[in-house]
Amino acid sequence: MSNMLSKIGTIAKNGLIKENPTFVLVLGMCPTLGVTTSAINGMGMGLATTFVLMMSNLVISCLKSVIPDKVRIPAFIVIIATFVTMLAMVMEAYVPSLFEALGLFIPLIVVNCIVLARAESFASKNNPLLSLFDGLFMGLGFTIALTLLGLVRELLGSGAAFGHKFIEGDAMLLFVLAPGGFIGLGLLSAIVNYFRNK
Amino acid sequence: MAKKAESTLLNMVLVLTIIAVVSAAALAMINNVTKGPIADAKKAKTEAAIKDVLPEFASLQTAKTMLDGDKDSTNCNMAYDAEGNLVGVAVESSTETGFSGHLGVMVGFDAEGNITGYSVLETQETPGLGSKAGEWFQKDGNVIGMNPGTNNMTVKKDGGDVDAITAATISSRAFCDAVNRAYKAFTNVKGGSDNE
Repeated sequence: MSNMLSKIGTIAKNGLIKENPTFVLVLGMCPTLGVTTSAINGMGMGLATTFVLMMSNLVISCLKSVIPDKVRIPAFIVIIATFVTMLAMVMEAYVPSLFEALGLFIPLIVVNCIVLARAESFASKNNPLLSLFDGLFMGLGFTIALTLLGLVRELLGSGAAFGHKFIEGDAMLLFVLAPGGFIGLGLLSAIVNYFRNK
Repeated sequence: MAKKAESTLLNMVLVLTIIAVVSAAALAMINNVTKGPIADAKKAKTEAAIKDVLPEFASLQTAKTMLDGDKDSTNCNMAYDAEGNLVGVAVESSTETGFSGHLGVMVGFDAEGNITGYSVLETQETPGLGSKAGEWFQKDGNVIGMNPGTNNMTVKKDGGDVDAITAATISSRAFCDAVNRAYKAFTNVKGGSDNE
């Protein structure tokens, strides 16, 4: 039992800091740069991906012994796509405004390399419980990164935080546009990695 | 740990088929549950936009009209007061000339064709620039109260009467295009109702 707990602890540290999918593994850059124009969007995208990661990791881990090796990738993709489509339908029904803001990036979670990478490198080798936690913490690591980046871009770009505007008019618009995404991500990665290496 | 299933043809076909069938069944179930709320959310959004752009009204009727060169018909929501007089029309207009393509705008006209309000329904315009269309034309652009029949609904740069959004002329042109298309639809349906 304590062995299990320490394993989960390692998984948490990996997902959140040591192997943070955004700042350290640099995976899933397309949604990272695309949706983080505000903190809320970044958080919504992160949580949506977390849900898909947890469910796909859990199911793939349960099925790992019945899926033949040569068709494992198509099998994983079908499972991942199923959860993404479910999520898209539920979001469109109950949080239509967030669904609209994230737009095309929701269906694109299917091809987010973090999800397939965790399925391939973790869920297909570990038991379902550990895989579920791996999905949770990898997803949270992604969520934190996206929320942070979204917050920085929203603060500098439109002078607001989580939708609450506190300066009149425009701020540095560059940060809301694509170049600001790259600059913000670069700076945040540098800061995170400086502390990680200490 | 159980032995991994071997990659024989039978195994592969069987496993993939079962996974696909189970997935399809699960999706069909979720689709059934969410179909209603999705339609409701869309309808609520359209209704809120209609209320937003029109003066007060008692009842609504939907009319469809076809604009020249369009593939789809344009939805027009005709609003009547309690006595059955036309108080305004909310046109679900759109254009493909936006900076990022599609721009959907609900435009409200009173019975004379003066613009009473508008609401941006779908936009992919640049955040911080073209995306301002939702508020800009309410005050700075002075679109409210104009009549596309008498006013020149193009941006000032093109010789028109509309103040374009700063640094977003293309989005502003697209917005004017959507309004002009809405006015065409308005004259179409209004002409139709007069003949009845």
